[in-house]
Amino acid sequence: MAIDMQQFHQVFFEESFEGLDAMESGLLNLDLGDVNAEDINTIFRAAHSIKGGSGTFGFSAVADFTHVMETLLDEMRDGRRQVTQAAINVLLGSVDCLRDMMQAIRGGNEINRHGVSQNQQALEDELESGAGSPGAPSAVAPASAAQALGVDSSIVGWTIAFSPHKHLLKTGNDPVRLFRELATLGDLSVAADLQGVPDLPDLDPEECHLSWRLSIASPVPVQAIEEIFDWVEDDCDLALQAVYARNRSASGESGATLPAAEPAPAAKVGPVLKPQSEAVKTGEPDDRKKAAAKASSSIRVDTGKIDALINMVGELVITQSMLSLVGEHFEIAKLDQLKNGLAQLERHTRELQESVMNIRMLPISFVFSRFPRLAHDISGKLGKKIELKLVGENTEVDKTVVELLSDPLVHLVRNSLDHGIEMPEVRRAAGKPETGTVILEAYHRGGNIVIEVRDDGKGLDKDMLRAKAIEKGLISADAILSDKQSYELIFMPGFSTAEKLTDISGRGVGMDVVRRNIQALGGNIEIISELGKGSTIAIHLPLTLAILDGQSIAVGDETYILPLGAIIESLNIKEERVNRVVGKGETFLLRGHYLPIIRLHEIFKVPHPKAMRLTDGLLVVVEGQGERYGLFVDDLLGQQQVVIKSLEANYRRIEGVSAATILGDGSVALILDIPGLVRLANQ
Amino acid sequence: MATILAVDDSASMRQMVSFTLKGAGYTVVEAVDGVDALTKAKAQSFDCVVTDVNMPNKDGIALIKDLRALPNYKFTPMLMLTTESGMDKKQQGKEAGATGWIVKPFNPDQLLKTIKKVME
Repeated sequence: MAIDMQQFHQVFFEESFEGLDAMESGLLNLDLGDVNAEDINTIFRAAHSIKGGSGTFGFSAVADFTHVMETLLDEMRDGRRQVTQAAINVLLGSVDCLRDMMQAIRGGNEINRHGVSQNQQALEDELESGAGSPGAPSAVAPASAAQALGVDSSIVGWTIAFSPHKHLLKTGNDPVRLFRELATLGDLSVAADLQGVPDLPDLDPEECHLSWRLSIASPVPVQAIEEIFDWVEDDCDLALQAVYARNRSASGESGATLPAAEPAPAAKVGPVLKPQSEAVKTGEPDDRKKAAAKASSSIRVDTGKIDALINMVGELVITQSMLSLVGEHFEIAKLDQLKNGLAQLERHTRELQESVMNIRMLPISFVFSRFPRLAHDISGKLGKKIELKLVGENTEVDKTVVELLSDPLVHLVRNSLDHGIEMPEVRRAAGKPETGTVILEAYHRGGNIVIEVRDDGKGLDKDMLRAKAIEKGLISADAILSDKQSYELIFMPGFSTAEKLTDISGRGVGMDVVRRNIQALGGNIEIISELGKGSTIAIHLPLTLAILDGQSIAVGDETYILPLGAIIESLNIKEERVNRVVGKGETFLLRGHYLPIIRLHEIFKVPHPKAMRLTDGLLVVVEGQGERYGLFVDDLLGQQQVVIKSLEANYRRIEGVSAATILGDGSVALILDIPGLVRLANQ
Repeated sequence: MATILAVDDSASMRQMVSFTLKGAGYTVVEAVDGVDALTKAKAQSFDCVVTDVNMPNKDGIALIKDLRALPNYKFTPMLMLTTESGMDKKQQGKEAGATGWIVKPFNPDQLLKTIKKVME
């Protein structure tokens, strides 16, 4: 049967990358003073799985490399080798190397053979470094002896004395199966020896009481017979005797018949394996190209989620059939029934949608899991003492968000580790514990996911930030900035606060990019900091990028959608609360705060708005970037979930608009982006 | 047709085994570790068990030992998927009551050949 092994490659890669992540975090968590065997076993198991899978799926380079890692880990697991920091570092390097190899294979690219062999050498050096006992003696040598036995050309057949031990049947083996296999080798005669059969009262039907004498009239190699008895070797007494051609025994060599009852176990393994690994090698380059062509994005889903989905579809089908029944002979008396059905349909559709969305949700641990390594490497490099805590790793978030979140988060965490946490002596002098703490936390709030990077480091110095910004000409010397605005300076392009550039946080070109990336995901980022105490950077992101809870608003003949989460309240405007400042626009006094008024019809140049005077329309109070604004609109229409269609992908980026959607009547509505609107209004 | 329980913590290996056996007409139930397998083996009867050795939550050897202790599985063929380096595992497996083993890496044909050996 020819089976296309490529169909399993994608799954293999995914689980291998997960395995590598598990190895990495396992290695990072090893406590050299108190090594737990189960921890090593977990790491070993991941390596073992990758080795087994890569061998089976034809990636022999990966299998060979993992084999060396596995040997090292095996010795550690058995306690034959001490776990040293050096060994951990070599293993961590090997994890990186393996990851590169698999990425190259998956992408259809050449493996960096130089890097691989360097890493493999490091592993082998570590293996030989004497911390472990010498490995098991090579079991290859006896094989040649056994092979020599099998190729004697004067052999014409074999006699086999086979006495199974009583428990043989209880291993699931069956003498009849063995005989059937032997019969495939040549003419087989079987004679049962009934001597061992007890009297009926003593006979245990679950035990094996018979012995056999078999003979095969075929010059098969001894290994072929041994292979058949391989599984029962320890569960029986077995004696093989070669039968020689008559002329040979006549020449007086009959004494040289060769009992080969106790061959070395490895003798059987050698011949079985060889042809296979050759096949694997020749198949590899071709397989790789095909795999690359087929590489696609996939997602592993908890079966519980699929079950929930199927359940919902079932409900939906029932509702649908009920509705079509109502519709078939509709009369006005059935109106209530129809309304009920439609309400049910709406509920089920929403639940179905939630179920489908749920499938795209992944735990944020997919992103978080790389940070312990990052913290380990950076603290080692900088000589800092850092403890990284991960909180809320199981918080689920849309797959796309997970993928796009990774880079910005790396940047933020690096900043915390590099700029935030002080050197141990500085911390001690400031009366803080020497070990700095960085907490990476994710949690849900409303329809958003919030991810915080908190550190107990030195915090942001707003005077220094301000001075720097003035020096760089980013703000004018007389600019009045709130605390918040001062912190936000670090998001300005070209702003760098590090006194010297390091290879860890780069040259300060990042934070503006970080903010842009987060905003592109429909989120925002804010900073809270206290000098000497630490900083918190919080990223707020929508749970999904596919669907949005929106509020439709009318301006002239246009309909716009506002993200429901951004709306605080809506109110009628009383003229006496409006203030106009020349050159600064209009503000509305709401409970002691002045909200800047943004007239949507002006921003988007909508012709014929129904409300020109503020008192004729509505003010929608929204929040963006931590500030509140009043959007002046004609009217509120209704709340609905809208499917987000990217404007950038289909047209181009437009300031003040985050995306578009299609309304129930088929018309297109733009989804508004509050921070963008504010920027437009300020221009 | 016979029903086989395929146990492996690696999804790709599990799928490969399952796909191969289903292609040959067997009914296959998958389990992700020893604990899962034991639960499934108690809930329904299998004609053969193929299990990986190195698994979290009860490894293949402990699984075979537990299964052998159940009246239903006294004589059921149970095969371990093991690597060539795991000689001592084979021994432990045999002691636990394994019927035999399939050496990794293996291809679908080798798997089928071995399964047929114990199932016919």
